[in-house]
Amino acid sequence: MATKASRSAARVMMAPAVILLLGWMLVPLTLTLFFSFKKYLPLRGDKWQNGLEWVGFENYSRFLSSSSFWPAVTTTLIIVLGVLIITVCLGVLLALLLDQPMWGQGVVRILVIAPFFVMPTVSALVWKNMFMDPTNGLFAHLWRFFGAEPVAWLSEASLPSIVIIVSWQWLPFATLILLTAIQSLDSEQLEAAEMDGAPALKRFAYIILPHLGRAITIVILIQTIFLLSIFAEIFVTTGGAFGSRTLTYLIFQRVLESQNIGLGSAGGVYAIILANIVAIFLMRIVGKNLDT
Amino acid sequence: MGRITLSKVTKRFGDVEVIPPLDLEINEGEFVVFVGPSGCGKSTLLRLIAGLEDVSGGVISIDGQDATATPPAKRGLAMVFQSYALYPHMSVRKNIAFPLRMAGIDKAEQDRRIDNAAKVLNLTDYIDRRPGQLSGGQRQRVAIGRAIVREPAAFLFDEPLSNLDAALRVGMRLEISELHKRLATTMVYVTHDQVEAMTMADKIVVLRAGYIEQVGSPLELYRKPKNLFVAGFIGSPKMNLISGPEAAKHNATTIGIRPEHISVSATEGMWKGRVGVSEHLGSDTFFYVHDTGLGTEMTVRLSGEVEMKSGDTVYFTPDADKIHRFDDKGLRLE
Repeated sequence: MATKASRSAARVMMAPAVILLLGWMLVPLTLTLFFSFKKYLPLRGDKWQNGLEWVGFENYSRFLSSSSFWPAVTTTLIIVLGVLIITVCLGVLLALLLDQPMWGQGVVRILVIAPFFVMPTVSALVWKNMFMDPTNGLFAHLWRFFGAEPVAWLSEASLPSIVIIVSWQWLPFATLILLTAIQSLDSEQLEAAEMDGAPALKRFAYIILPHLGRAITIVILIQTIFLLSIFAEIFVTTGGAFGSRTLTYLIFQRVLESQNIGLGSAGGVYAIILANIVAIFLMRIVGKNLDT
Repeated sequence: MGRITLSKVTKRFGDVEVIPPLDLEINEGEFVVFVGPSGCGKSTLLRLIAGLEDVSGGVISIDGQDATATPPAKRGLAMVFQSYALYPHMSVRKNIAFPLRMAGIDKAEQDRRIDNAAKVLNLTDYIDRRPGQLSGGQRQRVAIGRAIVREPAAFLFDEPLSNLDAALRVGMRLEISELHKRLATTMVYVTHDQVEAMTMADKIVVLRAGYIEQVGSPLELYRKPKNLFVAGFIGSPKMNLISGPEAAKHNATTIGIRPEHISVSATEGMWKGRVGVSEHLGSDTFFYVHDTGLGTEMTVRLSGEVEMKSGDTVYFTPDADKIHRFDDKGLRLE
């Protein structure tokens, strides 16, 4: 990319991709914004062809004043935070374990990554029916074996259950990134620390953990983006009941169950704002790690 | 403080014996250099002394106490690694403080020792920088500083200068030698560079495939190499080794003459040859002489600037009393 000719050639060649991506993003965004200012209830006879009634910010104020808005925001944040804490902590531990030389290393590593390849819908159904079912689930059997009353996981402890399911899905991702980070640590640094008199726990705290800082930042950033929009896991397990309704799920209910496209679109715009607030916070807090 | 004794020390990786039973005595305050070609086991030997590898057999004792099973941190040895192994997320000060923090030494004493080390090693100006912001030579000094503050019984150096450029290497070589003079602490130094070995060592240990080929002072090794391997390894440029009828004249299988022990004449001499490449260093001139009739080409070293063209015929004569003789097993004949 040194000469003028090659720079303009590069621009021309990149143009289709840029235009496609821009269209891909801009068209839905503009439509969402457009609908959010309209009254659009298809079941009540509102039609695109007849023109839609302009209602200003009414959708926005109705979405915000709804009794289910703030609980949905809290639920979303609890799920995101819970999954992040579990996946990062267990991910570091698993990565440390998998870094040890052992028999059958290749197979074990593939098995650890496997949950990531299972579709969210499938894994949530497996968890719901195989593990968390209060009569036939493995957990219920385990509880009864120890003489305890089985827990109706998805109704009595719906949020922890969903956090567990989603954590199980995302743990492989965290483990994989952290494992590669641990493998890139210069072994001479650990040996130097050992010679300097640091026992295993202090070597972890002073050498390994700071080395993992950047990888942990990346895991948190990427996971947050995806976790803010989890949907399938809630849809197939609780269906948004028992206090497990996230913002994404609330929007889905407004659009498809209440058939109120205008209201749902306004919710979508709020979701965009929330995601950006979280993103800015994250960049501020952990983004510093990426500089050094 | 700082006497290390190895007796019958062995190291095996699986079925491969890297270090066959080996005995070595490192005296207090000595600068000992392990030298040998790559893969000769010199680094492994150092790591055995450090405790980073377990011995497969034998006893390592430090100051008369059996340290074979002692963990590395408790041996009272400090090591400087080839990659420096500085902690990248800590400042120079924190890097140097790390071993003191781990030992639980109080803050005032820590600061005293760090400032002392920083002054000795000229680290004061960048004590608050991170290792990533330092040059190779500065990182090297930080690594040495981290070793010094522990006030160890002995220092272990694992090829510490191999990542530096040639000019810096000469400077650091001198600094380490001066440090040794000042601290008078035992130092064990591993290198593959025989120039480093010759210039720094009180005692050189020449290793090949885990075996000690010879132990001695630099000049002992230079004057009386025990065998062909040491003869060829110590000295730069390498010793000329001649076998065949010419060697038989001296009742030996092989004879060796160092390039600097040959005199050259344009008119007469013991052997005759044709000049090939000549390397002019200013202070010295090296000639590579072909068609010598000795079955090998010869390297000749003359001091000063000598004008001689490629293709010229020269006569050259070895110093009769500086000829090394070796028998059919490659061992030195007196």
